[in-house]
Amino acid sequence: MNWLFYLSSAVAVAATLMMVTRLKAVHALLYLIVSLLAVALIFYVIGAPFVAALEVIIYAGAIMVLFLFVVKLMNLGRRAVEVEHSWLKPGAWVGPVVLAAILVAEVVYMLVGAAAKGRMATVIGPQQVGMAMYGPYLIGVELASMLLLGGLVGAYHLGREQHIKAESHTDDVHTHDAWPDSGGDLVRAGSDRAAGAP
Amino acid sequence: MIGLLVRRNLLFILMSLEVMLNAAGLAFVVAASRWGQADGQVVFIFILAMAAAEVSVGLALLLLLYHRYGTLDIDVVSRMRG
Repeated sequence: MNWLFYLSSAVAVAATLMMVTRLKAVHALLYLIVSLLAVALIFYVIGAPFVAALEVIIYAGAIMVLFLFVVKLMNLGRRAVEVEHSWLKPGAWVGPVVLAAILVAEVVYMLVGAAAKGRMATVIGPQQVGMAMYGPYLIGVELASMLLLGGLVGAYHLGREQHIKAESHTDDVHTHDAWPDSGGDLVRAGSDRAAGAP
Repeated sequence: MIGLLVRRNLLFILMSLEVMLNAAGLAFVVAASRWGQADGQVVFIFILAMAAAEVSVGLALLLLLYHRYGTLDIDVVSRMRG
């Protein structure tokens, strides 16, 4: 069906434009999630159901939750409740809800109709993708695993250093009790880690 | 791309980067659907893994920047002193 493709493309473009022009981060995140769901629907329509599932699970499920946790982490404080109250005004969520309702209507239409009704091209299923990925692209899988390991180690390193520095800034007494070797306030973060286990 | 050029907030820059990677992956998958091959979807899975690694490191850097300078403006860190 052609019009399903064009409708979800229009939703994706509109949601992305709204995402770029928002001023608050949470509103932009809502529009970005709608845009990713619209792209997943495009993938399903053009005959790539495996990639559509990956888009929903990993992009809209994992990466956007990561963004959301970072936004929440930056708003820890006394004013957090007021700020979140101002985020929940109806003007904030009406636009994403309308765009998502269009996508839900498309999905319901495809579910109600016949099984192969909403497809434009030939379907390339997960089996063919897996055969191609673990056949000629095996070295790419290995490289992707090394890249993910590098990302894990880098993110752990950056987060660990920041955590110790923030802790030694906030409460000095607790720090001196925990690590008696660290003498004075000007001690570098991480220099007292030699005695500690991890 | 416009978001990457216009916005000075690091969080918006990372989100625009996600949109750009997603657009590249969409182009790959549409090409795969046009030619009836599975190779484009494989490349999209690689782009997905790369985006996950990139956003984890980017968000760790963002938190570090926020705790050190109290802001997300990337013009603050344009003066690196080594």
